[in-house]
Formats: sequence, C-alpha cells, structure tokens
Amino acid sequence: MSAETLSAALADVPRSPGAPKPDPILVADSVTRRFGGMTAVDVEHIEIQRGAITALIGPNGAGKTTLFNLLTGFDQPNTGTWTFEGRSLAGVPAARVARSGMVRTFQLTKALNRMTVMENMRLGGARQPGENLGRALLPPLWRSREREITEKAEHLLERFKLLEKKGDFAGSLSGGQRKLLEMARALMSDPTMVMLDEPMAGVNPALTQSLLGHIQSLRDDGTTVLFVEHDMHMVRHISDWVAVMAEGRLVAEGPPSTVMADQAVVDAYLGAHHDTDLGDDSLLEDEAVTRQLEAEAQAEDTERAHEKEQP
Amino acid sequence: MGLLLMTLLTLVIGASPASAATEVCQPDPQTACLGGTIRTSAGEPAVGVELDVAGPEQVAAVTGDDGRWSARLTAAGDYVVTLDESTLPAGETLRDPAANPRTVSVVLGSSAGALFPLGQPTAGGGGGGTDGEGDDGATAPPATGGEGGGEPGLDTAPAGSSAGGGFSWSRLAQQASAGIVFGTLLALASVGLSLIFGTTGLSNFAHGEMVTLGGIAAYVFARTADLPLLVAGALAVVVGAAAGWAQDAGIWKPLRRKRVGLTQQLIVTIGLAITLQYVFQFFFGGSSLRIVVANPPTVRLGPVLITQQSLISLAIALVVLGAVSYFLLGTRVGRATRAVSDNPALAAASGIGVDRIIRLVWTVGGALAALGGVLMGLYLNATAWNMGATILLLMFAAVTLGGLGTAFGALVGSLVIGLVVELSNLVIPSDMRYAGALVILILVLLLRPQGILGRAERIG
Amino acid sequence: MDWPRILTVVAGELFAPTTAAYALAAIGLNVHFGLTGLLNFGQAGFMLLGAYGFAISTIAGFPIWAALLVAVACSTVFALVLGIPTLKLRGDYLAIVTIAAAEIVRIVGRSTALTDLTGASSGLRGDSYKETFQALSPFDDGTTTLGPFTYSNNASNSWWIRIAAWVVVVLACLLVWRLMRSPWGRVLKGIREDEDAVRSLGKNVYAYKMQALVLGGVIGSVAGVFYVLPRAVQPDSMGRPMTFWIWTILLLGGAATVFGPVLGSMLFWTVLMLIKTVGREVIPNTIMTNAQIEQFGWIVVGVTLMLLVIFRPQGILGDKKELAIDVR
Repeated sequence: MSAETLSAALADVPRSPGAPKPDPILVADSVTRRFGGMTAVDVEHIEIQRGAITALIGPNGAGKTTLFNLLTGFDQPNTGTWTFEGRSLAGVPAARVARSGMVRTFQLTKALNRMTVMENMRLGGARQPGENLGRALLPPLWRSREREITEKAEHLLERFKLLEKKGDFAGSLSGGQRKLLEMARALMSDPTMVMLDEPMAGVNPALTQSLLGHIQSLRDDGTTVLFVEHDMHMVRHISDWVAVMAEGRLVAEGPPSTVMADQAVVDAYLGAHHDTDLGDDSLLEDEAVTRQLEAEAQAEDTERAHEKEQP
Repeated sequence: MGLLLMTLLTLVIGASPASAATEVCQPDPQTACLGGTIRTSAGEPAVGVELDVAGPEQVAAVTGDDGRWSARLTAAGDYVVTLDESTLPAGETLRDPAANPRTVSVVLGSSAGALFPLGQPTAGGGGGGTDGEGDDGATAPPATGGEGGGEPGLDTAPAGSSAGGGFSWSRLAQQASAGIVFGTLLALASVGLSLIFGTTGLSNFAHGEMVTLGGIAAYVFARTADLPLLVAGALAVVVGAAAGWAQDAGIWKPLRRKRVGLTQQLIVTIGLAITLQYVFQFFFGGSSLRIVVANPPTVRLGPVLITQQSLISLAIALVVLGAVSYFLLGTRVGRATRAVSDNPALAAASGIGVDRIIRLVWTVGGALAALGGVLMGLYLNATAWNMGATILLLMFAAVTLGGLGTAFGALVGSLVIGLVVELSNLVIPSDMRYAGALVILILVLLLRPQGILGRAERIG
Repeated sequence: MDWPRILTVVAGELFAPTTAAYALAAIGLNVHFGLTGLLNFGQAGFMLLGAYGFAISTIAGFPIWAALLVAVACSTVFALVLGIPTLKLRGDYLAIVTIAAAEIVRIVGRSTALTDLTGASSGLRGDSYKETFQALSPFDDGTTTLGPFTYSNNASNSWWIRIAAWVVVVLACLLVWRLMRSPWGRVLKGIREDEDAVRSLGKNVYAYKMQALVLGGVIGSVAGVFYVLPRAVQPDSMGRPMTFWIWTILLLGGAATVFGPVLGSMLFWTVLMLIKTVGREVIPNTIMTNAQIEQFGWIVVGVTLMLLVIFRPQGILGDKKELAIDVR
C-alpha cells in the first residue's frame, strides 16, 4: 500500500483518541496495568490501521513500552481485551503472539551476543522442523528447510547491509548494527505486523536514514508497523498516523502534521517536565541524600505493607 | 605399599595370618598363606565377604564370623586378590575402590596380607563424593542420635526435643518450645545471609561455614585454650567478624570490582564452602566436637523441660537480634544499609559508600553467624565440621520465606522454620523433619517468591 | 617410591566406572546448564532417583529393561514436578528449588520409615540388584588382565561395567553433539543468552527448557544407575557434594562443549587419585594421616572450583566468546 492511498484512507478518521479506523488490524479495549498503587497503562480503546506506520509517542513514563509488553504477551494486564486480525490475543503467551504474526523488538536491543549474526537470523526462521527435539536428531528432516531459512537470512542481511558480518558474533557489532540485526531477525518469519520499541535509540545518525528507509519499505511491502519513538523528526518524517500517550492514557491521535499542534499533546509534554531535577547540587550533600533515602525507605515500608494484600 | 596401608588404616586389624588361631592356614615350606580381616566402618567383622585369589593358583575365600579370610597357596608368585563388592554388608563400600583388586607377592613358607579397608563411602577413592558425611572410618563416629550416616549437627536430637511417641499436649508444648529456641538461633545465623543477599544479590552457599567457624572457634577457645565459656564465645564472635571482613576484602570485593557475574559468584561460594568444610575436617577431624563436656542442667517450665543453656542462648539471641533491629531502624548506617539493599545503584548515585556498607554487612553477618554457631553448638550439644552446611538450606528456607534480602523477614522466617522442623516431629518420622522445612522452601518460592514480607516488584 | 603401581592406580581412574558415571552425570548437567543455562543444583537427586528406581524395581523382580525404564520414569517425573512451576521463575530460583528437592529425595530415602523399600541410611546392597546387569555380560566369569589392569570380567567393579558405562557415555556424547548442532540446540543456545528475545521470535521457551530439564535429568538417572552398579545404593553418598563435584567436572572440562564433561571427569578423578596415592607415599603419617591426605584432596577440589569459575569459566575446552556463566 502506498503512502497516498493510506492517507486517503485515514483522511476521514476523526482526530480523537480511540478513533475507529477503516481497516484496523489491532483493536484493544480497556487495557489497564497497575504496578502497586501506580497505574502504568489505562487505554480505553485503540485501533491500529492495517498496512500503516503508526507512531506511539509520549513523554517518559507514559506507558508506551508497558502497552507494548501487554499487547505482545510479555506482561499480563489487570484488565483488557484485544484482537489481532480478528482473533483475541488477551492472555496469549508471547511466543504464540509472535507466531500469529505480530513480532516485536526491544528498547534495549536483544541481539544474542554470543551467537553469530547468521545464527541470530536463523533463530528467527519459522516452521523449522528441526526445532523439535525428536526431529532434531535426524538432519534429513530439517536440512532442506535450513537451506531455505539460510537463503532468506542472506537476502535480508544483504538488504540490511549486514551480509559481510554474517560470521561475526553479534556482540561485536555496533549498537546501530545490532538494532538492524534485531529488526532483520524479526522479519525472518514474515510477520504481518512489527512492533518496534525505540528503533532509533542509540543508533548513530549515519545509520538513521537507512533504518527509516527500511521501515518505509516494510510498509510498502504490506507490513503494518507500530513503533515507539522519542525523536519527533523521525515521527514526522515516516509515520502515517500518530497516537499520543500520557500518564498511561491515550490522549490524542491524528496524522503527524496535525497531532503535534494538538493542545493535549503540548500539555502532555510540558506537564511531564515537573520531574525532580536530579541536577540540583544540594541533593548531593551527604545529609540530604541520607534524608531522601530514609524517606524512600519509609515510603517503601508503607508500600510493602500495602502490597501484602496482593497475591 | 600394602604394608604402609596396613599400618595407616586403623580400621583393619590383625592382617597377618601368622597368629591365625582360628584359621587352618599355617605356612610351612610348601605352603604360603594369604589373608586378612575385613571390618565394617563401625569396626564389626564383615561376614560372608567373598574374595577371589588368582595367580599361579586360583582359590576362593570367604570371611568368617570374625571377619577373617585366608587362602592356602602352594605356589609362589604374584596373586591378584579381588574382593566381590556385592557381597559386602549393606551400606559398606571399599574405602578405596581403586585398591581392588590388588596384587600381592607370595613367598612359600610365609604369610602375606591383602587388606581391604571399608568405610562408609568416603569422599574419596574412585568412590565418589560425600561431604564426608560418611565419616572417614579412621575417625570416631559422630555422636548422632543413632540415625546413622553423618550430619552430626542435624541429627543430634537437641536437648529438650523429644522424638518418637504419639501426640500429647505436653509433647506439643515441648516441641514448640524447642522450635522457638531453634528458630531464634537460626534467625541469628540467617540475618547475615539475608543482608548479604539484600546488599549484593549474592546467594552465599558458604554462609553455613561461617556458622561452623563460630562453633569450632568456640570449641578451640573453650577446650583447647581452656578459657571460660563466655570468653570463648565472645572470642568466637570476634573470629567470625574478622572472617567476614576478610572474606569480603579478599574475595568478594575484588570479584565485584572485576564485575564477575552473580551466578559465577554463587558457584565461587560453593567452592569456598567445599574448601572450608574440608579445612575444618583436616584440622578437627570428622567427628563431633563438644564445646562443653558436662551435660547441661535442665529447668522445668510448666510442661516444658528445657536446658539452662538453651534458656541463656535464647536470651542472648533475643538481645542480639534486638540490637540488630535497632541498628537497622534507628541508626544512620543501618538505614543506609537498607537503602543499599533496596536499590544499590540509587544509593551509590546518592553518595552512600556502597562498598563500605557491604563490608560492614559481611563483618556483622560473619559475627552473627559465628554467634549463631556458638549457640547452636551449645544447643545441639556438639558442633562439627558440617554443622553449618546441614542447616544451610534451612537458613535459605527461612530467608526465602521471610522475603529474600529483608532482614526482618529472616527473623520471622526462621521462627516459622524452627517451629516447622520441631513440630513436624509430631506427624512424620523425626529423621524426615528437615524435609518439611525444605518443602516449605520450595512452596514459598513457587507461590509467593517475594516471601511473607517481601516486595512483589523485586522479583521478575 | 612405587611409581609403576601409583601410575597404574591413577591410570585406572581414567576409565573407572565411577569416572564414567560422573562423566555421564556431567553430560546431563551440560544439557541443563551448558546448553540451556538452567542452574540445576540437584543433579545428585536425579542420580539417586535413578539408582533407587533401578534397584528397587530390580529387587521387585523387573527385567533390566523395565528397571531402566523405571529409573528414567522417576527422573522424568522429578524433572516435570520441579520444572512445571519453576521454569517460569528467575534462574536462581531453580537453583534453590533443585538443591532442596534433591535433599528431600535423600532425606526421605534414608529415613527409617522407608527401611523396607530403600534400606534407610544403610541403603541397598549391591548384590541385591546387580544380577540382571551381570547376566547380560557376554564374558565368562573370571578375571582378565590387560596391560597393568586386572579386573574381574563380570562381578562388581568389572570389565563389563566399564565397557557398558563407556559405551553409554559415548552414545550420550553423540546425542549432545547432534543436538547442539541442530536447530533445537540453536533455540536452547538462544534461551541461554536471552529468553525474551527467543520468545519474541515465536519459540515456546518454557517447553524447550522443560525438554532440556527432562533430557538432562534422564541422562543423570542413567548415570546414577551406573554409579551404583559397582557398589551399593547409599543415599548419603549421593547428596549435595556429589552435585558439586559434577559441577566442578563440567566447569573444568568446559560447559557447552561435547567432550568437556568426559575430560573433566577423567581429570578430576585421576588428579584426586594422584594426590592421594602420592600423598600416602611421600608424606609421613606423622605430618598428615591418610584421612587428612584425602581431605587435602577435596580442599584442592574446592579451591580449583573457585579459581576456575573466576579465571577460566569456559573451562579447558570451552570458548570464552560463546559461554557466559551468568544467566538471568
């Protein structure tokens, strides 16, 4: 799907949080997650348009990554249901979510450092019969599939400019290359939707452009992309739709050009800056620090007592 | 070499058939005698053990009622003597399986011996390891409560704890009081384990050896140096503190600095535990060591019979635990300790000397463990090289139950574990009572891994 | 000094049944720890269960194949019981649960309440259960001398058990070699590195860990059978220290390697024997008694374990780039 048809399709969607989409691939309802007394995520309704690049933005602590974890089965919500391609995914374990076509990457890259680039890629391959304990013992049963997987991996590595590194340990790659590797690995199983958690964090500017290109070409191949990002330039540049979270809630939605001007978004970002300024020098004095820690220890004692009721 | 063995192994007695009054074999110019005596690790004759003597001639031999066997040979030469281990009495194995079969040179007109010392399967030979639980046959058997097989610390029925018999209210009271005493002493030993885990994240499998160290140091001061018990106990605590300090300075701080991972450090603690256990055994042998020789006088409190020592131990333990609580709650250093335990990175970032706190925790933990060891040694009537190792898992159970890394959790958990251990006597055979505590350990890890008092978030 | 005798005794350890049993147990642990990163500190429990399963069912009149099946079934059930709840938890929880569970097996096994079944702390006599195994031997009774080594053909510490045990060790090595180089092994390796990453790629991490736990445990139970065939089933000789020796062996040879466990076991037992025999020859009794020489040997083991883990965690055969001991 091209960017033009997409913007046409999204043109009529109301610019309000939880707006219905013409062809949603992911629909979530009343998803909440609490940690102790704090509500990290409280999303009433969200729909993600199929084939589009949707950016999920918001200030630190807005609950974006937690929402990611919930939707992909890496964390369990307190309440909520959601469907992916019409099938309910609530309570489905992470591995099954991935097999159903929704694959994610992580904010802190999880390239498997002590495996080679090629082994990392092969691990992403789907339907490898040799991953079954019994069949693993009989190579004829899995050699041909292994060759297919390897070919696909080489193809993807070439696209991501990592082919000449295929024999290197992933740990020897640069941070940006590991991000690329993780994304390439996620594509090994031909997912219908990829969820990228801060794909640009820690990537050197030289690689940024090619990463953006990869994300756009994913969309052009028909893959739905949902990504969390802080870099507004990148969001503006490549996303078709932007959803904004603040304090666990969905506060605004819209195309990148309009959403940035939304008052709710401005408030969310400005409001987030009342954080304690850790740069305050007086805090570093011994007495003050001890006092602060004592206060924290006390607060935690109360919290602990409070949590006893939790199972 | 055979002769050397013969002299060294005190187990095997009278090998030479020259004095074979009960045996038919007498060497003469045409015959030679080959024989020996086999005794079990307890020193009883091993009856019916079959041996095969092969060489220029082949002869079979069986040990008699006195454990003796002999073979009459009429040809000189080298004979291979093979002991059929399957005919050994139940539970017995060769102390040195590599020495079976052995070759013996036989000269006509004389006697030769072939010795097969038995031991409880020792940590040795090709025979595989135990923590020496099977006491080395050469040392005196531990003063266990007749439940066999090692674990002097554990299996000694504590004074005041009654084993066997049916249920009665007085028995319940008796067991419960024993449980409280045991739990309190356990708490003393476990606080350090908990603090160390809290501040460094390390599961210290060598913590039991700190407890043992206290017990053995008290033994040395009280018995070898003949100091009064109180002085000996105090010195033992000083030794424990010094050992804790030295351990952190010599091993753990360098490892933290080297950024050795926690799992690696955990395995290092296992290596350290093994090393220390055998060092103790090396110097003090495998048997029980009584810190006080006299049997302690008992006191009757209502339905409960309890030794004076236990009461005094309990009082000391409670005072010390109170002091520890005050330290953690009421002093700055104590609160800094809790801060490190809650979030080391934050504490470090805010200027608390994390390394200093950790050093302090090791020192205090070592002292408390040593005190626990002294009192435990008095309570159990004896200490031994493996006293700490046998209660190690109980300490883990206590600490886990209370919430890993929370010092007060360790107190509560220890009391629960102490009670469970002693009260389970009422329903299951007493030699299984530690199993009950371990079942609790497993259940807690599964159902509420943060422990009774722990925080949910730390786990994950 | 009687060097030929010492060398013979030491060399005999290279292929002693105990060495084979420990190598096998370490291969099982390698499946757990080396391949998957599971911290199993209860391998001796798997061995003891295997030994009990085999011995008790043989005494009850089972043929050898059925007795072996019982041994395997015992360890499988044990692995499932331990694994179902713990494999979802943090790695060090498995460590504490397995060490406690193995102790429970030992404590229950040696309890007087079960004397009729397990023989309590004195255990089960070797000749009550080794008949079926010895009957399988193709050799005549008697002894055979090969070079400096003389052993009986079939009885107890025999040539037959050496052959059978080492054949099984070789088969287990082959199995591990095949699995390590298969896609299945690749998934395990990924899990050892970062299980969330593997989960995000659609692999059922829990099922893989469970398979590894069961497989390694089954290998451990077979090791237990071979360990007790030349001796008796003695619960106190199969406690925590045994688990720790197996760890030392694995880390010495090199975790996540095919031959590491075998090399580790051979080195471990020969060096111990060397210390002991030489110590007895050289050190006068007045300085160190025989018991002390033995204890000295174990002190060496403990120190070796510490130094290994700190300075060469990959062991002799391992590759530092591929193995990190630390798991999450």
